[in-house]
Amino acid sequence: MRGVPASHRRPFQHPSTVLALRANPPSPTRGEGRAARVATQLVTLILSLVFLVLPALSARAAMSIQEVTSSKGITAWLVEDYSVPLVAIRFAFDGGTTQDPAGKVGLANLMSGLFDEGAGNLDSEAFQIKLDDVGAEMNFEAARDGIYGSMRMLAEQRDAAFDLLRLAVTEPRFDQAPIDRIRAQVLSGIIANELDPDTLAQRKWLEALYGTHPYARPEEGTRQSIATITPDDLIAFHKANFARDGLHVAVVGAIDAETLKKKLDLVFGGLPQHQALSAVADVDPKLNQQLEVNYDQPQTSLQLAYPGVERSAPDFFAAVLMNEILGGSAFTSRLFEEVREKRGLAYSVSSDLVDHQHANALAITTSTRADRAAETLAVVREVVKRMAQEGPTEAELAATKKYLIGAYAINNLNSSGAIAATLLELQLDKLGSDYMQRRAALINAVTLDQVKAAAKKLLSAEPAIMVVGPKHGEAKEE
Amino acid sequence: MTSQADWLRGTLFALAVVMTGPVLADNKPDDGKVTNFLLDNGMEVVVIPDRRAPIVTHMVWYKVGSADEPPGKSGIAHFFEHLMFKATTNHAAGAFDRAVSAIGGSNNAFTSYDYTAFYETVVPQALEQMMDFEADRMRNLILNDDVIATERDVILEERRSRIDSNPQAVLGEEVDATLWQNQPYRIPVIGWMQEMEKLNRADAKAFYDKYYTPNNAVLVVAGDVEPQAVKALAEKTYGKVARGPDLPPRIRPVEPEQNTRRTVTLADARVSVPNFSTQWVVPSYHTAKPGEAEALDLLAEILGGGSRSRLYQQLVVKQGIAAEAGAFFQGTMLDATNFTVYGAPRGDAKLADVQAAVEAEVARIASEGVTSGELEKAKDRFVRSMIFARDKQDSMANIYGATLATGGNVRDVEEWPGRIRKVTADEVRQVAARYLNLNHSTSGYLLPQTQAGN
Repeated sequence: MRGVPASHRRPFQHPSTVLALRANPPSPTRGEGRAARVATQLVTLILSLVFLVLPALSARAAMSIQEVTSSKGITAWLVEDYSVPLVAIRFAFDGGTTQDPAGKVGLANLMSGLFDEGAGNLDSEAFQIKLDDVGAEMNFEAARDGIYGSMRMLAEQRDAAFDLLRLAVTEPRFDQAPIDRIRAQVLSGIIANELDPDTLAQRKWLEALYGTHPYARPEEGTRQSIATITPDDLIAFHKANFARDGLHVAVVGAIDAETLKKKLDLVFGGLPQHQALSAVADVDPKLNQQLEVNYDQPQTSLQLAYPGVERSAPDFFAAVLMNEILGGSAFTSRLFEEVREKRGLAYSVSSDLVDHQHANALAITTSTRADRAAETLAVVREVVKRMAQEGPTEAELAATKKYLIGAYAINNLNSSGAIAATLLELQLDKLGSDYMQRRAALINAVTLDQVKAAAKKLLSAEPAIMVVGPKHGEAKEE
Repeated sequence: MTSQADWLRGTLFALAVVMTGPVLADNKPDDGKVTNFLLDNGMEVVVIPDRRAPIVTHMVWYKVGSADEPPGKSGIAHFFEHLMFKATTNHAAGAFDRAVSAIGGSNNAFTSYDYTAFYETVVPQALEQMMDFEADRMRNLILNDDVIATERDVILEERRSRIDSNPQAVLGEEVDATLWQNQPYRIPVIGWMQEMEKLNRADAKAFYDKYYTPNNAVLVVAGDVEPQAVKALAEKTYGKVARGPDLPPRIRPVEPEQNTRRTVTLADARVSVPNFSTQWVVPSYHTAKPGEAEALDLLAEILGGGSRSRLYQQLVVKQGIAAEAGAFFQGTMLDATNFTVYGAPRGDAKLADVQAAVEAEVARIASEGVTSGELEKAKDRFVRSMIFARDKQDSMANIYGATLATGGNVRDVEEWPGRIRKVTADEVRQVAARYLNLNHSTSGYLLPQTQAGN
C-alpha cells in the first residue's frame, strides 16, 4: 500500500542490515523507461534465478517465452520453469491512479489495499487465514498508469492459490470495516508526512512540472479526498478498471501452457470485457523554472528536470546510452565522477529517464551540504552543458553499450518474479516477445552521432530546478 | 497492498534463507551442496553451487566492523570500506569499477557492526578477474591525503543524508547508545560526526594493516561454478597474498546487568504522527544457549512478524488503535543483540494507548506462552519463505558470509531449519519471560514538537 510512506513503514531499521552501503543500490532498470517503476519493488522480493540472456551466452540460455491465449481470449506470456517449485504471476490493468475521479484522489491506492481484505464468501479474517494456509503471497499496487497485481505461490498449492486470486480479482467485498481500517492507515501516512520537508517539496515539484494534470496529484490522496470514498465508489472503480481488454499477464514457473490457459479463464474470465477509462491527456513537464523551498536541515537537495524521450521514439536507446554515461547506475558516470569522486560534494548523484505513459523527462538528483549547494549545482550544470555540446567519447559509448547489454540479464531476469515483471513491462511497452533477442542489436546499432544528437536535444533546454534546503541565498544559482 | 512490516519480513527471510542449502538438491547433483576449505594463508572459502543461470556472486567478508574500531575513531570501518575503491599500486582509481561495468556486472560493499563485505555479481568467466582485483586491493591500496580528504567529505555527506536529515534515524542512534551502555554496538556504524571529521591517513593505514589480511577474510562464491575450479582460482589469486599477523580473539566489552527502565525522547518539527519502540538486550545466535536464539526468532514472528501476528491482529485490526505494530529480533550478531517491539497510533488513539496495548501483549505472551497452532504456522512460514528464497544466490551468499563473520560455521547454517523445527511452545514462552522484562527495557519516542514534554 503506497499510502503508508516508506519512511513510516520502516521506523526502526537497524544499521546491522545493509545501512552502510557504499552507494545507493543501483536501480536495476534505470534508464530503460517504464520498467524502472517496478524496480524498487523487485529489490525486496525473494527471487529465483531461472534463465538469463547474456549476449555471450545467448545460445545457451535463450529464454523461451510462450504466448498463451485462453479459450476466453485472455493472453499471457509464459516462461515455463521447474527448477524451483513455485509459480509467479504478475499482471496489470491499464488506467492507474490517473483514473481517480476529481475529489476522490486516492481511490485507486485505497482499492489496492483491499484485495486481501475479504472476497467472495470469505471476510477479511477468513481470507487472510486461507492465504496464510495456502502459503501464497499476494500484492496489489496502484501506479500512475496502471494497477499491478502479483502472486507467488508454491507449486504444490497452485490450485488453491489461483482460486484465492480469482476471488480477490473478481469478487472483492469492499466491506465497510476493512475499508475504514485501511483508510485510517492511509490517513495516518498522509498526516505523518504533512510536516516532512521532502514530501512537501516533492508535492510542490510535481505541481510545478505537471500543473493540473493528474500526474501532479498525490497518489495516496488527501485527508479530504479519502474521507469521501464509499463502498459504491470502490465497486464502480473496480468495475471500470478491472476488465479484460485492459489486462496484461506474465507468468513464470512450474506450470505448463495448457494448465495456465485454464487458470487464466478461472482467475480473469469472470471480469467484464471492456474497461471504461476516462481519457488522460499527454503533458509536457514545464521546464525553465526555478523553485526554492526553504527548510532548515543539514543538507540541500537539488533536482533538475530536462526533456525526456518516449519509449517508442527512434532515438530511445541513444537517449538511454547518453543518460547512462551522464549519471547512470554504474559507478563510472560523469556526474558520479565529477560530483562525488573528484570533489566529495555528495554521497549520491544520478540522472534518470522518467518514462510515464503521458509524460517523460530526464531527472537529475543529488544532496549536498548547504554551503556547497551552489558549487554542486554549478558542477552538475557544467557536466550537463559539456555533454550537450560535445556528447560522449567513442570509448565511453563503447563501454556503456557493453554495460547495458550485460546488465539487462543480471538486473532484470535474476528471478522468477523479476522475469514476470520484465515480461509484463515488455507487453505494456508493446515491444514483442522477441525483444530480448533484438535488444543487444538495437543498442549496438546506435552511433556516436546519434548519442550526441540525443544529448543536444535533451540537455540544451533550460531545466526546471528545485533547491530544497536552508535559506542561505548562496544555494541559488549564480 | 504491501504491509508495514515488509522490511521486517525481509529480515526474517534473510534468516530463513539458511534453509536453502539442503533443500536445493533437486536441480544439479551438487547444487546447494556447500563446500568449504581453508587456503594456506588462512583465508576461509565457501562455495555454493547454483547452476540455474550463468551468473556468479563473488564476495569477500572481512571479520571487522564498527564494533572493532579503536576508541575515538568511530566510522573508520565504514570509511575504510569507501577507501577500498581507490587506486592500488597495480590499478588506477576506478579501474575495478570500470572492469565490472564493462561486463554488465554490479558491485558494491557494505559495513556493519561485525563485518565489512565487498561483492561483485558477474558472468562466471569473469570470476578470476574479480578475484585478481579483490586480492590486489586486500594489500596494495594507495592511501594518500588527497584521496582521504575527498572521500571523507563523501562519508560526511552520507551521514548528513542518512542520519542528520532524518529524525527517526537521529533518535535511533541515541536509543542504541542508551540500550547499549558498554558494548560497542552503542556507537553508530557510520560514526559520530565529530570523530568522522578527524579520521586521517594514519588511522586508515593502521586499520588496513591490522584487519585486511587473508587470515581475517572469508571468500564466498555462489553461482554457476565448480568448487574445485573456485579452489584453483582462489589459490592462484588470494593464495598469493601473505598471511598477516594473527589477530587476537574478538572479545569486546559486554553489557552489565540492566536494572532500569530507560527512555529516550525526540520531539521534532517534521514529525506529525508519533511512534515508539521498546528494546531489550537478548542473546544472539553466537552468544545464546542452544535453542534460545531459535526460540527468539519464533517469538518475534508470532508476536509481531506480520499481518497474522498478535500485535498486528490486536492493535491494528481488532482494537483499531494502531497504524502499525510489530516486533523483530536481530540474531546474526557476534555479541548480545536486541529484541524490539514498536508501534504508532492511528486516528484519535494516543501513543500511550498503543504502547500499553503492545506491553499487554508482551506480558501475555511471557506469562501464557504461545499456542501450538501459532507455533506451527510460524514454523511453516519460515520454511515456506525458504522455498521462495532459495533462488536468490546472493542472499545465500549473504547468509553464509554473515554467519561465518559472526562466529558461526557452515554447519550452523545447514542445521538451522532442523533446530527451528525442534523449538517447543514452552521454550518460546521461556525466552519471552526471561528477556522481555518491561522494567529493564529501553524505549525510544519520536514525537511531534507540540507534544514535547507530554
